[in-house]
Amino acid sequence: MTSKEFSRPDPEELLRQIQAQEAHEAHGRLKMFLGYAPRVGKSLRMFDEGRRRKKRGQDVVVGMIQLKGADDVAELIGEFEVIPPLRVGEVETLNVEAVLRRAPHVCLIDEMAKDNPPGSRNPHRWQDVEEIRAHGVNVVGAINLQHISEQQDAVERITGRRSANSVPQSFVESADEVVIVDVPAEELTQHGGPGNLNPAQLSELRELALLLAAQVVEHQLQRYMDAHGIVQSWGTQERILVCITSRSSAREMLASGARSAGRFHAQLLAVYVRQRDLTREAEETIEENLAFARKLGAEVHVIEGEDPIETIIGFAREQRITQVFIGHTQQSAWKIWARSPVDRLIKEAEGMDVRIFPHASVQAA
Amino acid sequence: MFRLPDNVLLVPARGKLKIFLGYAAGVGKTYQMLTEAQDLKMQGVDVVIGYFEPHGRADTIAQTAGLESIPRRVYEHRGSVFEDMDTAAVIARHPQVAVVDEFAHTNVPGSERPKRWQDVQAIQAAGIDVLTSLNIQHIESLNDQVWHVTGIRVRETVPDWVLQEADEVVMVDVTPRALLHRLERGVVYSPEKARQALENFFTESNLTALRELALRQTAHQLEERREELRLPEPVVPVDSGRPEGILIWITPHPSTAMLIRRGRRVADFLNSSCTAVAVARDAAMSELSPEDRAAVERHLNFCRNLRIEPEIIESREPAKAVSAWAREHGITQIFITRDSPEAHKLVHLARDMQVTIVAERVRHSGTGG
Repeated sequence: MTSKEFSRPDPEELLRQIQAQEAHEAHGRLKMFLGYAPRVGKSLRMFDEGRRRKKRGQDVVVGMIQLKGADDVAELIGEFEVIPPLRVGEVETLNVEAVLRRAPHVCLIDEMAKDNPPGSRNPHRWQDVEEIRAHGVNVVGAINLQHISEQQDAVERITGRRSANSVPQSFVESADEVVIVDVPAEELTQHGGPGNLNPAQLSELRELALLLAAQVVEHQLQRYMDAHGIVQSWGTQERILVCITSRSSAREMLASGARSAGRFHAQLLAVYVRQRDLTREAEETIEENLAFARKLGAEVHVIEGEDPIETIIGFAREQRITQVFIGHTQQSAWKIWARSPVDRLIKEAEGMDVRIFPHASVQAA
Repeated sequence: MFRLPDNVLLVPARGKLKIFLGYAAGVGKTYQMLTEAQDLKMQGVDVVIGYFEPHGRADTIAQTAGLESIPRRVYEHRGSVFEDMDTAAVIARHPQVAVVDEFAHTNVPGSERPKRWQDVQAIQAAGIDVLTSLNIQHIESLNDQVWHVTGIRVRETVPDWVLQEADEVVMVDVTPRALLHRLERGVVYSPEKARQALENFFTESNLTALRELALRQTAHQLEERREELRLPEPVVPVDSGRPEGILIWITPHPSTAMLIRRGRRVADFLNSSCTAVAVARDAAMSELSPEDRAAVERHLNFCRNLRIEPEIIESREPAKAVSAWAREHGITQIFITRDSPEAHKLVHLARDMQVTIVAERVRHSGTGG
């Protein structure tokens, strides 16, 4: 069973954050153009960025290009100084040593997900990128959705294919800036887009890429707000919390929560405030409900607290919850409702939507 | 019976709408839209500029070179002269594609239609495709979120259904850092205006949050469009029970506008029906003060703008009337605010359905504005 304590960051944690921040600043910055499929124009955007930076007087070189079938890229490349790639047999790889020797301000690197041939300095090109950044060189690069390992199951479900090369999503999240290169799926297929993918498949890939970008942006926003001490309960991403007890109609609430979470691309959390003196039957019901929550993909938290409502509200604030789902209790006279837990929750859950669900027995009636 | 062959059209097919969606001024919506117009022209498509707002941006103005522009119409209103799109002239010229900047623009009083998006609809109805630009903060259902994030209450809004009817929504993305650089270099605004913008709206956290909203909105739009074409796949393998129906309880309280937006948005996301009721003793709402009556009328009109058909229930017992109406109409979820009179009573009376108490989002200090 997952059990999670929640607390404010302590001073040492803050110090670690500041140190991490400083280490980060000595690093070269990474800007990444993310495409949802081949040929959406990522590389073009990357070179365009390089061209504009050069025009503003920055020292820009090309570290790696992918010239396959892209005339417009070949045309753009003429303007740049190109670091000759390292040749290993038939394969060309990024020449990390040469880039570091040249020490430019900005290095353009295409196809960051490529694997390096055996015996290379680093197994993967994204690790080359990390090494270059560690020496203070800024990198502008391009990457495709199907090469992000955490996205590969979803991509394979849509396209039936899986790419061999991949980068961890944490690499994408570590970028200082991620730009989505968005083109309607129809346009891509009109211009002789990526083979064998129909507009419906492309549209699904496109949605996946947009949501990934949103997630990266959400993390950046959170980091920014934490660093600047901004408390914000109402984020742009919906976060739904289902309160589990032995009595409430937890299954229905969880199913509804999962449905909403799916539709809103929200995070789903379930919380149970441990109660003492429960019957064995009630304990079992709770275990079943928590298992069901996990099955639906909810992040399950079992927490301790004297006062369940106060504990839930505190937890919800910590977790930046936007919607709380709670079940009615069995009492029925509204005169005593003013003292019911539901009433207290409504009163105190300021800044969150509270959705009250029928009691299971009422629902069945 | 005589039938027309299928290829004879009596009414022109409705023109398509493509929206270039951005999260702030200066991200490059208009530039990208004009680039597309230039590409279309190169391909031999008859494309004209119906309306273009230069904002003094040299790069963008350069992108209009060689494109035909329909002259603006000049209006006089209370002694001042205004310029606006000449919709009738665009329709009369009848190109294949018209470029219309600033979709959310409000027309000068006395114009044929109050809003530019309505002009665009008229152009589409004439069988002309339209390319247009829009910022995320102008989407009606996001109004409260945008206010919460930025502290700015956006007045010019476009109802969500207009967006849902668009054939394409493309996100024009740059990072906030790049946008802030553009602003500092004076690409977006004049120096004085840029300084003000940087101090108020264009903070890194504002821009980041708006960007996230825009990314999610574009993703949502895509999903919705796919669902029009085929049945949605169930997100989780659970029986979701009966179809959802959402009811919004209208009161004179100012938070009702927020409640309507929230209800509409949730209904859109859940694919459920959305209705609204107000309760009064009689149809004329005679027990209400003139101010409250005007407020309710305003809220009812707002509902209609968002394609929610509101009803007035005549009763002396509001909570009872709302719960009974909901039961009768197969409502699964009632939306109220904490300020709804008899909110507590309704929560009790409607124990057989879900009641959502929508939070009035409080802005915390320190986020600008």
